[in-house]
Amino acid sequence: MTTSNYATERETTEGRVFTVTGGDWDTIVSGTDPINDERIVVNMGPQHPSTHGVLRLILELEGETVREARSVVGYLHTGIEKNLEYRNWVQGSTFVTRMDYLAPIFNETAYALAVEKLLGITDDITERATTIRVLMMELNRISSHLVWLATTGMELGAISIMLYGFREREYILDIFETITGLRMNHAYVRPGGVAQDVPDEAIVKIREFLKMMPKKLKEYEDLLSGQPIWLERTKNVAVLDVTGCVALGVTGPVLRSAGLAWDLRKTMPYCGYETYEFDVPTHPDGDVWGRYQVRLAEIRESMKLVEQALDRLKPGPVMVADRKIAWPAQLAIGVDGMGNSLEHVAKIMGQSMESLIHHFKLVTEGFRVPPGQVYVGIESPRGELGVHAVSDGGTRPYRVHYREPSFVNLQALPAMAEGGLIADVIAGGASLDPVMGGCDR
Amino acid sequence: MTSPTDRNNDGGVPLPVVPAGASGTAPAEYPPASPAGRGMFGNQGSGDVSGYGGLVRQRQPIEEAARPYGGYFDEVRDALEEAYPAFGDAIEKVVVDRGELTLHVRPERIAEVCQVMRDDMALRFELCSSVSGVDYLGADERRLHVVYQLTSMTYRRRVRLEAAVSVEAPHLPSVTAVYPTADWQEREAYDMFGIVFDGHPNLTRVLMPDDWEGHPQRKDYPLGGVPVEYKGAEIPPPDRRRSYQ
Repeated sequence: MTTSNYATERETTEGRVFTVTGGDWDTIVSGTDPINDERIVVNMGPQHPSTHGVLRLILELEGETVREARSVVGYLHTGIEKNLEYRNWVQGSTFVTRMDYLAPIFNETAYALAVEKLLGITDDITERATTIRVLMMELNRISSHLVWLATTGMELGAISIMLYGFREREYILDIFETITGLRMNHAYVRPGGVAQDVPDEAIVKIREFLKMMPKKLKEYEDLLSGQPIWLERTKNVAVLDVTGCVALGVTGPVLRSAGLAWDLRKTMPYCGYETYEFDVPTHPDGDVWGRYQVRLAEIRESMKLVEQALDRLKPGPVMVADRKIAWPAQLAIGVDGMGNSLEHVAKIMGQSMESLIHHFKLVTEGFRVPPGQVYVGIESPRGELGVHAVSDGGTRPYRVHYREPSFVNLQALPAMAEGGLIADVIAGGASLDPVMGGCDR
Repeated sequence: MTSPTDRNNDGGVPLPVVPAGASGTAPAEYPPASPAGRGMFGNQGSGDVSGYGGLVRQRQPIEEAARPYGGYFDEVRDALEEAYPAFGDAIEKVVVDRGELTLHVRPERIAEVCQVMRDDMALRFELCSSVSGVDYLGADERRLHVVYQLTSMTYRRRVRLEAAVSVEAPHLPSVTAVYPTADWQEREAYDMFGIVFDGHPNLTRVLMPDDWEGHPQRKDYPLGGVPVEYKGAEIPPPDRRRSYQ
């Protein structure tokens, strides 16, 4: 008697029912591994709330494990570098400030330092202008790190920290608005100095901010540092060691979180950073937790720097004395932002023909920059922000290239993500702190 | 379709023209508004009788620096000469300008030089900070330059390597095997200048769309843009405006 390979069929009120069983099914099922055999390709972004901007990720998954990760950038490319070649040197600052929109002051300062180096006036920049630059950069570093904390918190599921981070950042943007007239895209740091002096009310605001901020930082740490979910999502996640960082060109907090105290403010000082007292925080682990720790510590160091810069602010000019380079107008903040001060307008329109001519020539034609090329690197919140500027002797940049830390650092994402879980791609990507406006330029 | 000559007018009010890049064909269809360095105001055929329109700016040739260079530059050169036997063949020129050292390298040697720069104990340029292109149209036969900014984290030094290739044969070896960080930056130089890095694992466009035609950062590639009406006047796009060169 032979046994049937198939189970018997039976009649029910719904109709005839077949039951599929049999030895061959067992062998087929045991021969496959549902976790490791099936690779699927998942496209994430460019419009995805967790990819930190318009970043597109293509992930090849086995179950929840990422086998391959590729990032696609360029969705925010605006051709700023090309556009710069069609504007004069001073107009350049209004373009570069829009690259990395979370760190506009750094873009401007790097550009200004490069142009000044080309002009050979680096040593002529007044002390007050340099101090204001340091002050603004460090405030900007705090605001950028706050946005990092806010968005990373949100991406890992901690919504309240997002609100807190943006709330405190808004305070810094208020300070910026008082000083530059704009919350973002300031065009405040210009070749030769800064656009205008810092008003007294801004100093009061900064002091208030410095008083308030330590309490807030403690709040963040109380919220996150001991929280089991936060620890679970960040510790030993997206690890990248020093060798990996240097090979992939990763600088900034990510490199320091791996243990190498490489900070251009200390190692290749500019803007007089060598005269300030501050530490370079590092962390031994090289994971997302380490980057969180390093960034929080950097906020504290930046506050020290802001305080020292405030103490150093001595009255004086904020532009170079050379009237062939210095913007002719005394700028002032009006109801509609920064513009020519009314006294200056009255002077050129009513009293001095020569001033008017000079103003007109410098604004329409601009100054000429001797031919040559320079490279200037500064420490932005994301790492080495480099400007390679080439002049052909004309009134416009011949070529300006930004070495954007966001762009370079993003190359490290596959190294961090491959072999890990898909959820950790988000944590790893966020910990790089890419700003796509800077990455794509 | 207007031809390039139609696009010029007699000074004064600009005429409405087909904006570069708006025609649906390849964007790089017009020659540049002004060949780099020619004329004073960026427009041509405008009936300008002042003579300024005919000015040609002299570009100064890049001068080789004389020893001693000063600072650490001599040490870097000596160390490279000692560690790299083909130094004389590979290094075309050494330039010191504004406190920066530039080694002009024969393009086919660039990867070797980078290898030595990274590995030699006296050089140790571990970090390749930046790779970018510059188009020296009209100034150099080999007009496409690739510029490498190397950083020594050990000695806290910087050095610039520069390699020049022509548009007809825009090839040079990729340095990605030495500096993996050059990956995307070489892709950007390819994207923007059409420089081909042989041996690159994945030389595709990185910023521009995959199907883009032309290489936008080249100097003979127009900026593009559309004229804008403002208070009744038509303002031409930035690369067609009168400007000081």
